[in-house]
Amino acid sequence: MEQLIKILEDIQPNADYENCTTLVDDHILDSLSILSLVAELEDEFDILIPTVEIIPNNFNSAKQIHALIVRLREEG
Amino acid sequence: MEISSYVSIAYLVLFLPAVILLYGISPRRIRPYVLLLSSYAFFWSISGKLLIYLLLSTFSIHHTGAWLALVQTERKGVLLQADKGGKKAIRTAYQKKLRRIVAFSVCLHIGILIVLKYSSFLGGNINALFSALHIPVAFTIPKYAVPIGLSFFTLQAVSYIFDVYREKIPADKHLGRLALFMAFFPQIMEGPICRYQDTALQLFKGAPISYQNLTRGIQRILFGLLKKIVIADRLNVFIQNVFNGYAAYDGGIIALAAVLYTCQLYMEFSGTMDVVIASAEIFGITLPENFRQPFFSRTISEFWQRWHITLGTWFKDYIFYPLSMAKPLKKLTSRARKKLGNHFGPLIAGSAALFAVWLCNGLWHGAGWNYIFFGMYHFAFILTGNIIEPLSRRITGSLHIRRDSFPWMAIQILRTGILVCIGELFFRANGLAAGLAMFKIMITDFSLASIQNGTVFTLGMDKRDFLITLIAVMIVFVNSILKERGILPRQWLVTCRLPLRWAVYYGLILFVIIFGAYGTGYVPVDPIYANF
Repeated sequence: MEQLIKILEDIQPNADYENCTTLVDDHILDSLSILSLVAELEDEFDILIPTVEIIPNNFNSAKQIHALIVRLREEG
Repeated sequence: MEISSYVSIAYLVLFLPAVILLYGISPRRIRPYVLLLSSYAFFWSISGKLLIYLLLSTFSIHHTGAWLALVQTERKGVLLQADKGGKKAIRTAYQKKLRRIVAFSVCLHIGILIVLKYSSFLGGNINALFSALHIPVAFTIPKYAVPIGLSFFTLQAVSYIFDVYREKIPADKHLGRLALFMAFFPQIMEGPICRYQDTALQLFKGAPISYQNLTRGIQRILFGLLKKIVIADRLNVFIQNVFNGYAAYDGGIIALAAVLYTCQLYMEFSGTMDVVIASAEIFGITLPENFRQPFFSRTISEFWQRWHITLGTWFKDYIFYPLSMAKPLKKLTSRARKKLGNHFGPLIAGSAALFAVWLCNGLWHGAGWNYIFFGMYHFAFILTGNIIEPLSRRITGSLHIRRDSFPWMAIQILRTGILVCIGELFFRANGLAAGLAMFKIMITDFSLASIQNGTVFTLGMDKRDFLITLIAVMIVFVNSILKERGILPRQWLVTCRLPLRWAVYYGLILFVIIFGAYGTGYVPVDPIYANF
């Protein structure tokens, strides 16, 4: 989780990633930030994020992003 | 009496009530089929034998979905028996197979769309190119009859195929349910563009018609009629006169026509959407919203997240992300981020995908250079907005301007509104050359003389028409402000006491009847989005 927060802060600073649950809905993460984030997450966690997973429900909070990473790693 | 649009008397007074009655008296399990047959009757009444295209599309996605599901099940079985080392190769092999099926089906759908809608435009341009290059070849340009809603149901079909392929939804074995998802009469002609998972199951539930849904539906239909008949139709003669004879007017009139056309387009399309969504609501079906107060947008990008929402999300999910997440562009983003930083890094891949989205958006609206220009116009502003965002933040920061302050937001909203009106000027113009000429007059010959000397009141709208339009626009505007602030006027109305509630209903009915623009001197605007 710490590693994820660091990546998020690097991509889009000045957001409360611990508590915010509307990162996409409030446009804190726009489509370009998502592109950056996906590329970084794939490199950092050695996962492949399919396009179908790019939905607000997976990116609205750090917790949701973390859950997505864990799930994709388990699925291999 | 024929059905020409969702606001025609034939639809509102005959077709819709007949379907409601038939649906209401039918047993629950029969109701979805009542909707399906009504939908085909609706389609047939407008496009006749061209119904074959809708049927072909439905059978095709039913078959493709089943085929994809079969291959996916087979893959699961093979993967279960495979050892760890061989799994990757199996996945790749099946992925290729699945992609070939998707490609075949998508090419079939988009191919039909291109042939029916764009062959005339493509043929004309190829002939013009050959002629310019003095090549003595000229193709005979075919002309095809286009069924209603072709662009809408094609996008629904493609989204279904992709969603099954991505395993977002299971393939539907029930042909009837899939057919109703494709053909549902309130949305077949002008959208909203629905996703299978949003509407298919509720469409086939056969929910009973409740008093609440019926009254709420009628209430929203009335509001849609106010937008369409009182505002959009009233503006029509003025807009036709100016756009068809623009050379005779000064820049002030052209600018006014651009603003009024933008207003007309919004009122016509969102009014129709009110009737469409309300018609579905009567049957207990919730269709996705297509508008969210677009004229409160602070940027062009935000405008397109609030205007024709279902088209924007379709392009985002099936063109923008798949393109920008394709391996080469993803690698480009990774490399560019390291060199150019977090803002400019993803911009290259993002812009390439954005270009494709706006080219498709322009072409989706019509086969013409003015539509391509319309798409590129918005692409240019969204791209510029993305590029200068850090600079804009620095400037407002150093000037101590609060970006969430009312004056700053008002300036942004006004700027976005002006840019949108200019874009719509090109969209409505009779070709790109006419659009450019009108824009030139607006800039080089801007004058308020025609407005001051009263010429403006001789172009199809007198002072009374302008006043009625203004009052009706204010009603819509107040409704939008309330919604923007999280207050839902419809919700509030339902909780009101009966006398007040019915006073509002009767007030709306009388307003539409008295101030509706019909009869001598008025020409109702054709359903603008039905042609796309």
